[in-house]
Amino acid sequence: MEVVQLLVSGLANGCVYGLIALGFVLIYKATEQVNFAQGDFMMLGAFVCLGLTNAHYVGLPFWVAAPLSIAIMAVLGYLLDFFVLRHLFGQSQTAVVILTIALGFVIRFVAGVIWSHEPQTLESPLAIGDFNIGGVVLGMADIAVIVVTVLLTYFLYQFFQRTKLGLAMQAASQNQMAAYFMGIPVKRVQGMIWGLSGAVAAVAGILFASKGAIDPNAGLLGIKAFAAAVIGGFGSLPGALMGGLIVGVIEPFASRYFPAGYSQIAPYTLLLFVLVFRPHGLFSQVRIKKV
Amino acid sequence: MRIHFKTSYEHDIRLFPDWWSFFVYATLIVIAVALPWLMDDFFLGEVTNVLIWAIAGLGLMLLTGQTGQASLGHAAFLALGCYSCIIFMEQGWPFLIAFPAAGILTGVVGTIIAIPAIRLHGIYLAIATIALSILADDIIVLMEPITDGVSGKFAPMITIFGIEIERWTTPDRFYWLVLAVTILCTLAYRNLLRSPLGRAMAAVRDSEVSATAMGVHIARTKAAAFGISCAITGLAGALMGFYAGAFNNETFSIVISITLLMMIVIGGLGSIHGAFFGAVVVAFLPQFLSMTKDLIGGGSVAIPGLETGVFGMILILFILFEPMGIYGRWMKIRIWFELFPFARKDMFKRQKSYLKTERLR
Repeated sequence: MEVVQLLVSGLANGCVYGLIALGFVLIYKATEQVNFAQGDFMMLGAFVCLGLTNAHYVGLPFWVAAPLSIAIMAVLGYLLDFFVLRHLFGQSQTAVVILTIALGFVIRFVAGVIWSHEPQTLESPLAIGDFNIGGVVLGMADIAVIVVTVLLTYFLYQFFQRTKLGLAMQAASQNQMAAYFMGIPVKRVQGMIWGLSGAVAAVAGILFASKGAIDPNAGLLGIKAFAAAVIGGFGSLPGALMGGLIVGVIEPFASRYFPAGYSQIAPYTLLLFVLVFRPHGLFSQVRIKKV
Repeated sequence: MRIHFKTSYEHDIRLFPDWWSFFVYATLIVIAVALPWLMDDFFLGEVTNVLIWAIAGLGLMLLTGQTGQASLGHAAFLALGCYSCIIFMEQGWPFLIAFPAAGILTGVVGTIIAIPAIRLHGIYLAIATIALSILADDIIVLMEPITDGVSGKFAPMITIFGIEIERWTTPDRFYWLVLAVTILCTLAYRNLLRSPLGRAMAAVRDSEVSATAMGVHIARTKAAAFGISCAITGLAGALMGFYAGAFNNETFSIVISITLLMMIVIGGLGSIHGAFFGAVVVAFLPQFLSMTKDLIGGGSVAIPGLETGVFGMILILFILFEPMGIYGRWMKIRIWFELFPFARKDMFKRQKSYLKTERLR
């Protein structure tokens, strides 16, 4: 029973990591840029929803506030690409990495100024308590997280495989010049993908905030999600989710069965092992460069 | 306007291109040596801090600016250098042996870590080094018998040939020690750039494919870059430990790694000057912010995250408008004056490049 209990709470945590990792992978798949601020996007999405929902801020009903905050984050993602990242066109990957890390610092600072550094809880209808199935206690929020994540991943996968826009995004990432010649508005497509990833980050944030308190430093979770994305292999949506689940499940088991102090290094040790033996992740998509 | 007529290969690799630049740097060193008589102890301490950051920046610059491998884990090597130097000294080794030994140890560990890391590219290397930086924190806690874990260690007094050096009681001597290490590291870096290894590093940075075609052994060059970079960083870490006086597992956190990388980007990637300019920004930003806060009348109200927030803002502006950093801007201004009135706007225009993925799907 204890194992099942750990597994479920691990899966729920893993889904949040997986959702943040999904945001990384979306942007990477379409633009080959890596958004290190994705964790802070998640935090910002959670705080926007919290600010709209909680009684002593705006006080909207949750089911109005949640879609609204997802929309706000999508617009924010698009504007970010429009005003900042589009000007980096043609610069190296490292420049984007450093820029987004700096962006994370700025977002954390701004969120701290607006909503203060105290941990706060979202007044969410998802957090209505636990129920008991054959000795296993499941939180409603945990189940909601798992269901939403699976649905979202499925829809995004279908979106990339089947819709015109999804294919355009893939084409733009594989060869920008050729995509231009095929009539794809590469810049606008990239803006849309940043908007989409902002929306995914908001979903992750709302789910994360339903599970417990958040503060502006919650964005540092992004590093763990990044590890998840790398373990799964950048550029693969199911891979990102798998990576997130692996990291999420390892954590509670490590803290249960390993001595104290060794448990929090488990995900990073796994990450280093994956990088040493499969440098492009478990679901690799890269050929070896030949001269 | 000065024109260098290069008549032999020796001319091309001279340490100083002409007597004028030799004169400029000699003056700079004379002023730097005389600084303790020109400043009070507080500002001397700040300048010492700048120099220590500059050494650490030089270490990372060699790896990121010169060889093109972005590392977000150099705080781990700062920690290794710091802990090993002070543990050696606690074993009774004199400073003059413990300090280089700490550098060499850090360099060797860096090379060993590089062996798996050189298979990684770009973001994968960045995330692997982030993991390293996070692991370093936990490993220090786990190795408590040696490192004293969370409670931390205190830096002992440095003694060189009977002269006692300590950061608080003799700030001028500590400053001269740091200055000497800075000059040695800078000279080593400058000489490395003129050697075949330094040229090979630049070739690896610019294009691995063409470097291979030219006969550069990529793995060996990257491993050497890692080793030398980590050694210099380790020396800076040891000095940082002495500067702080006391340190524990949280002194060298991942934020330090990130700050270090941002610092060399602000300064200007790929140049020695950049490490120094960046160090000035990093070391003086907190002072500058508190002074502006006093001017505005904010008083002593602490705003958490203000420093990193402003730092991030500065960095974003630099990447957007001056990707070459402070040194790049300085070069542009200088060339504009040297060529006056023939400088054109398009001279520094970036070439447009289009992305082509290496992924299959």
